[in-house]
Amino acid sequence: MSSVEEIEELPNSVSDAVEEERAISDNVEGEADMEDDEPQRGGGYLFYRNRREWADLEPVPQDDGPNPVVKIAYSDRFTDVYDYFRALLKNDEKSERAFALTAEAIDLNAANYTVWHYRRVLLQALEKDLREEMKYISAIIEDQPKNYQVWHHRRMVVEWLNDPSEELQFIAEILSQDAKNYHAWQHRQWVIQTFNLWDGELEYVEELLEEDVRNNSAWNQRHFVITHTSTYSSPEVLEREVQYSIKQIKKAPHNESAWNYLKGILQPGGLSSYPGLLEQVEELQESFSSPYLLGFMVDFFEDTLETNNTKCNQTETLNKAMELCELLAQEKDTIRREYWRYVARSLQSKYGSGEIPSPKGTVQIFN
Amino acid sequence: MEPVSPPLRCFSDSHQSELFKDDGVQTVTSAEQRKVERSIQDVLNVYQQIHSLPQPTLLRDQHYQYLKKGLRNLSDAYECLDASRPWLCYWILHSLELLEEAVPAAVVSDVCQFLARCQSPTGGFAGGPGQHAHLAPTYAAVNALCILGTEEAYNVINREKLLDFLYSVKQPDGSFVMHVGGEVDVRSAYCAASVASLTNIITPTLFEGTHNWILSCQNWEGGLGGMPGLEAHGGYTFCGTAALVILGKEHMLDLKALLRWVTSRQMRFEGGFQGRCNKLVDGCYSFWQAGLLPLLHRALFKDGDVTLSLSSWMFEQQALQEYILLCCQNPAGGLLDKPGKSRDFYHTCYCLSGLSVAQHFGNQDLHHELVLGKEENRLVRLFEFPSSPVCSFFPRMYQTIDLAAPTHPVYNICPEKVAQAIQHFHQLPIPAQKGATACAEDQS
Repeated sequence: MSSVEEIEELPNSVSDAVEEERAISDNVEGEADMEDDEPQRGGGYLFYRNRREWADLEPVPQDDGPNPVVKIAYSDRFTDVYDYFRALLKNDEKSERAFALTAEAIDLNAANYTVWHYRRVLLQALEKDLREEMKYISAIIEDQPKNYQVWHHRRMVVEWLNDPSEELQFIAEILSQDAKNYHAWQHRQWVIQTFNLWDGELEYVEELLEEDVRNNSAWNQRHFVITHTSTYSSPEVLEREVQYSIKQIKKAPHNESAWNYLKGILQPGGLSSYPGLLEQVEELQESFSSPYLLGFMVDFFEDTLETNNTKCNQTETLNKAMELCELLAQEKDTIRREYWRYVARSLQSKYGSGEIPSPKGTVQIFN
Repeated sequence: MEPVSPPLRCFSDSHQSELFKDDGVQTVTSAEQRKVERSIQDVLNVYQQIHSLPQPTLLRDQHYQYLKKGLRNLSDAYECLDASRPWLCYWILHSLELLEEAVPAAVVSDVCQFLARCQSPTGGFAGGPGQHAHLAPTYAAVNALCILGTEEAYNVINREKLLDFLYSVKQPDGSFVMHVGGEVDVRSAYCAASVASLTNIITPTLFEGTHNWILSCQNWEGGLGGMPGLEAHGGYTFCGTAALVILGKEHMLDLKALLRWVTSRQMRFEGGFQGRCNKLVDGCYSFWQAGLLPLLHRALFKDGDVTLSLSSWMFEQQALQEYILLCCQNPAGGLLDKPGKSRDFYHTCYCLSGLSVAQHFGNQDLHHELVLGKEENRLVRLFEFPSSPVCSFFPRMYQTIDLAAPTHPVYNICPEKVAQAIQHFHQLPIPAQKGATACAEDQS
């Protein structure tokens, strides 16, 4: 697959599709010798510059200037197609042949947002069949599901059709191949919110969590659905979700997502305000301990201190929290040593009596 | 006699205990994670066999050759980045500045002229000559020009038109679309805030509502998603946080929750960072994620926190350096995501940026370094710890050794260049708000 597994964010398309970067000195795999001078390739492909129906149009070469930088060694086909794309753009031509060419330009670089924009202009100007366009974009997305432009294009077509009826199934198809595809989830949330398709989504999320309880995207979707439907303000819902989380934790105690979810839903109301929580978690400590459980306890104690729960002895709670922080820093979660030590110092500073602990490295003067 | 470097964390006895525990429940996530851990182990084993005294080395020369070549010529494998060419300029130029490699004057001028051709007549920069303006290449182009830092470079930017462009993509809810007729996500706010602040074109209305929109992207996990409702993700979290820092509103985030989220993204076995919970390590997150720690450190400090460390960021700096140096370098030059992946300029840029963050801790009066391996591994310092994102970049005394001045990870270019650019553009008046009422409805 792509050389950049997760990079869908900065920048526009990134190195996502740079499968193999073939430096000029490297061996180029799999490409047969190419005769650059041939007017046509095998299979009847004709360059646009040799097509009679295009003879009226003067191709526009790319203006890279006399001393180009980051100059890409475009293939002949790429240059040819884009020279003609630029010509169409220059003339603002709105024709069938222009529409057909955009598909080729997209095929060569699906991240070219200028081409996509132009295709959308043509879709409207030529009153193209949007159902056909849905088929087209579905195929492209299947092929390149980690590209921004393809999903945005699909969204535009769905908006124009005002018809989301294929969406949830299509997205589920894509997610069945990569259950964490960020674009797919984004599109899914947009569809659900725009067209009010909340029914059945919680069930879908549960299916995904059955398949992979570590699918953080699914946990996020769970939170999304509940937030926008029942909300967590109902005690029954909260209880159900807490029990669901604990159940998943017991299945896989080292699954961070489940712990984060439990904390995420309880924190707004205060961890220490939830009845019986400490006991449930302490019970888990026997056979289901993990750094996440310990971290959760720290959060719990911190909340106890914060809400100044007079039932609890503040000093004792602080000491317990500090002990856990040190255990995490020293032994159980050493990669986060600096963080846990900071947490300990913060707690001490805020709730401790006496001197402010100085972090190692002297100097107490802050301008 | 060479100084003995600290023992490598990844060769310690207890390192094995950091392997992923699947509790006997195998899923796609755990299977993928274990695969990566195995491949990392292989790399580490090979390394140990070859080197009796492990001294990770930054392959400066190799990276330099790779970058130097790429700045001029790229193979057809880069056709997929034909709409991101300013990015290629930025990734390469920033990598070179981190390595403290000079760019010949002729090349500097050529880059300026190329980026000028990428500038749209209606403002902003496009992915290539003749394409439409887009916030991402706009960000990249402005950063690249600021790295070049010549008068010619600054003069390429048409500030009036740039402002028009920003207004043309501004949405009523405070967000920005990436381009006219394009998608919204939190990257756009960062790109807009970055270029507007560097070139001094921020008007009173330009970022109206933006900080509130960004804040709504912080979710139940503590990190930020691309849009409200989405999963917390390193790239988007960086963009949102850095944008808020520029807007002076970072204190409105739940900083504690964000801190917990980002520190949890460092992988206990690999040492590098993942982009999202329960996903895989990737070298580029060395910057997007680790780069958040300096931002948070500063934000907490501003908030009056007296318990912050004075010598290190709140992540395992050594472990990250080990990951980058041992697992993310291509021996022929260039850096990468993880073992088995191909090198590319994006990863080269962000792995090196992350390496710099991991090597340097900076405070107003303190500077502390932790350079893994040889002295020559040290990179230009990326971050300092000023009292304000903008004005404190004017000349400031640092007890630096023989390093270039630090940089602000908000912009991810070296701080001298930030200071210089800001100094230059702040002498110019903010352009008049011509397009103040325009907002970009999708016009396609």
